[in-house]
Amino acid sequence: MAEIPLLSVRNLVVEFPSRRGTLRAIDDVSFDIAEGEVLGMVGESGAGKSLTGAAIIGLLEPPGRIAGGEILLRGERIDNLAAEPMRRIRGKRIGMVFQDPLTSLNPLYTVAEQLIETIRTHISCTERVARERAIALLDRVGIPAARRRIDDYPHHFSGGMRQRVVIALALAAEPDLVIADEPTTALDVSVQAQIIDVLKEICAERGASVMLITHDMGVIAETADRVAVLYAGRLAEIGPVRDVIQAAEHPYTQGLMGSIPTLTQTDTRLVQIPGSMPRLDAIPKGCPFNPRCPHVMDRCRHDRPVLIARGSKREVACWLYEAVREEVHHG
Amino acid sequence: MVDTVLQVEGLTRTFDVSKPWLNRVLERDHKQFLTAVDNVTFGIERGETFALVGESGSGKSTIAKLIVGLLKPSRGTIAFDGQPMSFESGTAMRNLRRRFQMIFQDPFASLNPRWRVGEIIAEPIRTFGLASGADVHREVARLLEVVGLSATDAGKFPHEFSGGQRQRIAIARALSSKPEFIVCDEPTSALDVSVQAQILNLMRDLQDEFGLTYLLISHDLSVVRHMANRIGVLYLGRIVEVADSKRLFTDPQHPYTRMLLDAVPDLALSGRRRTPVTGEIPNPINPPSGCTFHPRCPHVMDICRGDPPAQTPTATGAAACYLLTEPVGS
Repeated sequence: MAEIPLLSVRNLVVEFPSRRGTLRAIDDVSFDIAEGEVLGMVGESGAGKSLTGAAIIGLLEPPGRIAGGEILLRGERIDNLAAEPMRRIRGKRIGMVFQDPLTSLNPLYTVAEQLIETIRTHISCTERVARERAIALLDRVGIPAARRRIDDYPHHFSGGMRQRVVIALALAAEPDLVIADEPTTALDVSVQAQIIDVLKEICAERGASVMLITHDMGVIAETADRVAVLYAGRLAEIGPVRDVIQAAEHPYTQGLMGSIPTLTQTDTRLVQIPGSMPRLDAIPKGCPFNPRCPHVMDRCRHDRPVLIARGSKREVACWLYEAVREEVHHG
Repeated sequence: MVDTVLQVEGLTRTFDVSKPWLNRVLERDHKQFLTAVDNVTFGIERGETFALVGESGSGKSTIAKLIVGLLKPSRGTIAFDGQPMSFESGTAMRNLRRRFQMIFQDPFASLNPRWRVGEIIAEPIRTFGLASGADVHREVARLLEVVGLSATDAGKFPHEFSGGQRQRIAIARALSSKPEFIVCDEPTSALDVSVQAQILNLMRDLQDEFGLTYLLISHDLSVVRHMANRIGVLYLGRIVEVADSKRLFTDPQHPYTRMLLDAVPDLALSGRRRTPVTGEIPNPINPPSGCTFHPRCPHVMDICRGDPPAQTPTATGAAACYLLTEPVGS
């Protein structure tokens, strides 16, 4: 029997009804996250990466709604759960880390109160045990003098330290999956590296899977096992990090990789993808990338490409590879 | 011969961050000052791109504002093309002002939402009397095409454009007074990478075409590496190292530069073992004594806690670190 993935997203569709018709922000996105795996989800603003995360944890802002597909956690559907059972899954089985640590912490409660509350909501234990657990957690995420600082309020901590507290909070109930949405975007580079290391280590230690949502390919390269590239609400390419970064196959991913300035390159021009990502109400027919694609073919303007398997671990939504496959087949 | 466009000498800017007077009296607090820029000296040559890089609170944006005259320096001088800049208005200053411009980080905030794009770009042309009548419109159309937009965009409002297009409008506006020198304060931080690539390429093309000199302010080391000829690294308001762009990345001299380089995520997947970064930037109101980096420095010595180190010449620049002057292990 095939192993059931920890998280399985099948043909997810997220829609926003609006006065001028329904906008499809996520269109037929499918992916799995295995036990203990770190999946990176990368894309530019408006690609739908944060929405995918919000849909999984049932926190879509109305009027946004899941209009199709299913989300399975260890084989059980969680996309159609009522508010209360979903609330129990959030925190207990799926932890969350958001971009801005100041908005994920309540400014009126001390870090101790927030951590102890979270621990006791999901795990039955005494206040004292919960407090010891909280201190151990803070210590583990690298907060110096955790025993003393646990009674401080969030504003007493610096940005990087606050994000550590948020990570501790996300892991307090020992979830199976942590969804981290741009966890380091608000931080300086030197602090970013520390936070990535903490997140990576602590999740590996506890066997938690991570879905890391970011616009920064560098962060993905350092952290993820596999990466999914989103474009205009659709999956462009998914595969092992090394393959996607070093030999991208989708023309969009290729353009994206080439447009990133690196520390080692000489004074060459950056690859430039003409135009910008389409707005939700103007997604082109066929492949959404076709007006910007250097390899566009007639077919791309009419037929939407399906995910084509490339080897055992990789899938690309591009007709270029269908042609290759057919040629091989006929030859 | 070195042709220096901009020379900054001992530039210092402090801000009064004290509590209100009554609180100070009641709580017996003293006045508090934050030194955002501390004795910064550098020169920029004609046609080059000089970059200032640093993390938040390093004073890089304050330096940009001081140079274009949005803030007054507390101490130190700024000379543009040999002429010292005064911060009083006057014809001489006005003529000087035309020759340098600024591009801001956020193209959503830097363009007046009630003005049409044409008016935004035409304003400096009219203010400096560079053209009049129908010539203004022709010039606006030309500038829009230079930055990759179309002449008909002049009739639209900023909200009709995406972030990248807005930054193009901001660049067209900066170019409209025919400047020689442009201060770019985080010009691509608000943009997606693919759009960032478009804007960086455009900035380079414009530099080649018009012989512009750039001061690029950024927190992103890879952007800086891509764009700059020379780089100054800032830490808590002081320049810790200045060097040739290539040299800085292959042979960093200051421990802070090394730490910063180590922290950049590795896209090449070389599996390089990075030295763990320790600590965070201290509070600039109460900076550490001596070399302000000493609490985080892996090579800290006793002398580092005393007086701040002076700039010591290196192969292609200078660095402020006692490791370069003191025998190691003493």
